[in-house]
Amino acid sequence: MTAELPAAPELTEPLTEWHRLHVRMLIVRPLNEGIAMLVPIAVLLITGNGEKWRLFASGVTVAVILAFSYLIWRTTKYRITDDQVELHTGLLTRKQVAVPRDRIRTVDLTSKPGHRVFGLSAVRIGTGQQDTPGTDGLTLDAVTSEEAERLRVLLLQKSVTPRAVSSDVPGSEPVAASSEVISQLDLKWLKFAPLSLSGLVAIGAVFGLLSNYADDLGLHPVQDLWEWLFEHPSFTLLTVAVIALAVLGLVLSIPLYILQFWNYKLTREPDGTLRVQRGLLTTRSVSVEEQRLRGVDIQEPLLVRAGKGAKLAAVTTGLGSKGESNLLLPPAPLTVAHQVSQDVLKVADDPTLRKLRKHPFAALRRSMIRHVVPWVVIAVGLAIFAPSWAWPIPVAILPFAALVGWDNYRSLGNALDDRYLVTRNNSLVRSTVALQRTGIIGWRIRRSFFQRRSGLMTIGATTAAGAGVYHVTDVGEAAGLALADEAVPDLLRPFLVEG
Amino acid sequence: MTLQLRTPRHQVSPKSVLLWTMQAALFWLVLFVPQLVVFLMVNEPPTWELALLIATLVVGLVHTAVEPSWRYRVHRWETTPDAVYTLSGWLNQEWRVAPVSRIQTIDTKRGPFQQMLGLSTVTVTTASAAGPVEIEGLDHEVAQRLVVELTNTTQATPGDAT
Repeated sequence: MTAELPAAPELTEPLTEWHRLHVRMLIVRPLNEGIAMLVPIAVLLITGNGEKWRLFASGVTVAVILAFSYLIWRTTKYRITDDQVELHTGLLTRKQVAVPRDRIRTVDLTSKPGHRVFGLSAVRIGTGQQDTPGTDGLTLDAVTSEEAERLRVLLLQKSVTPRAVSSDVPGSEPVAASSEVISQLDLKWLKFAPLSLSGLVAIGAVFGLLSNYADDLGLHPVQDLWEWLFEHPSFTLLTVAVIALAVLGLVLSIPLYILQFWNYKLTREPDGTLRVQRGLLTTRSVSVEEQRLRGVDIQEPLLVRAGKGAKLAAVTTGLGSKGESNLLLPPAPLTVAHQVSQDVLKVADDPTLRKLRKHPFAALRRSMIRHVVPWVVIAVGLAIFAPSWAWPIPVAILPFAALVGWDNYRSLGNALDDRYLVTRNNSLVRSTVALQRTGIIGWRIRRSFFQRRSGLMTIGATTAAGAGVYHVTDVGEAAGLALADEAVPDLLRPFLVEG
Repeated sequence: MTLQLRTPRHQVSPKSVLLWTMQAALFWLVLFVPQLVVFLMVNEPPTWELALLIATLVVGLVHTAVEPSWRYRVHRWETTPDAVYTLSGWLNQEWRVAPVSRIQTIDTKRGPFQQMLGLSTVTVTTASAAGPVEIEGLDHEVAQRLVVELTNTTQATPGDAT
């Protein structure tokens, strides 16, 4: 159990000898990567009527994958010393990565189905020290799940201890003995699954994959379909197709939600990290050093918002960009999101609940123009160049575009409290970010030609965490500058004048 | 009272106008020349091709004539013991502020045109993926001096820059 691990002294004993990744990876890597290869191999075999070269090609493919997997295993070694984690990889290009242990901010354990069958986990160690998010740190793919768990505790504990002494975070408690559960999956949240449109996204992904394979085989179903549609335009058929797609998306979204978020649990660990565990087939455990958490992002996709729901993401350094690794809470009721946000940030009131200051009326005009004009242009373009049935489609979209433009303006807002800068943006996926004021490391202030005429600006707060910059969009010039000046005292002040 | 950002103190080198003119001219030539070749090679080219050709020429000439000097009037920079402050752009303008205590690296780079003109670009990066502050078109010596000065102030300022 995790509960007693940190107490055991031998666990902090660093390993200094070199280790290989687990030998079972010889089978697991082809399993995980082979799933994607199965389709072309199967197609190759089925379409071939057992021609010899096809069998041969399939055999060679499998052999190459196996040999590749062996070489990766053979040439990869890692060790953990007192100061750093070292990883050596590569056959032709030898690559040596060393990550200083006091720079480790996150540890992400991922087990794909192949890993799980053999009791393995991939360990991703993030530092957040690179220019491009997600390219920093290193990945050990894979070690046994016990070893992964041990590494998680070892690496994060080490990185916290030296700082704990000088910690000045208000409200930080003495290290507790066991982990504290902040939030857990509630099956009632499943009602947000269809609203998040994840089913449609999945259909799109599968469709893209299939048409890729079809292209390889010289088939062009999409193109054929388009041509056929152009020749036989049928309103009924189109309606039926759209409805069928929507229903399929709805049906698929529930198992998808379960796949991603089964056993979801957000905990505060005794070593000062926040830990998210989730997943049915592929399991993930993402640990974030709490002191490096720079804020939260409440994300409300349009339909989820209509159902009074939201998901919560962490604004932090050192997380990979793949697969929502920054997720703190899956789509759930908004009240839960605010509660989790409050618990995670250890504040009395969730900053994202602050009353937001509205942006000037001119921002509404800009929002409407940005959302409506592109569809007008498309409609005109289609009216000139496309068959006559095409142009009414963008015209039919126009009212919705106008609504989105209006809602986008309603979303805009900003607030400041003693610790957080809060900014809200967008309509289709409304995002309310609370960014720690001490985490702001610069300003990027933009004023376009049209903004200048309307007396507006877009203020960007740059930070080491998350997206790197968070915007206060189309705020009034004086109000925006006053906000920035107040948010980080003395930084902007020397460059401001009153006039 | 209305708050405003004041313009940073120093202008970039006047040679930048030439640099930007060369860059703009090159960009439009790359668009224009292939069109011209196609236009001359094809028998009886359609009218829209001629229209596009003329449009490219006119927009290209106006842009190349106007943008560089406009840009020169806008681009400015300044450093204080605490921060680097720049203004760039022409139609759309952008101010960037980076505190010295958060600076991670200071680089200079010189493209081929810049080398011809003896100019440099100074890039100041912070821990933010979106935060680099670039000062384009400084005289080479000014750039050198700026780098030394910034390196010294950065080293004198404590903090782990994240």
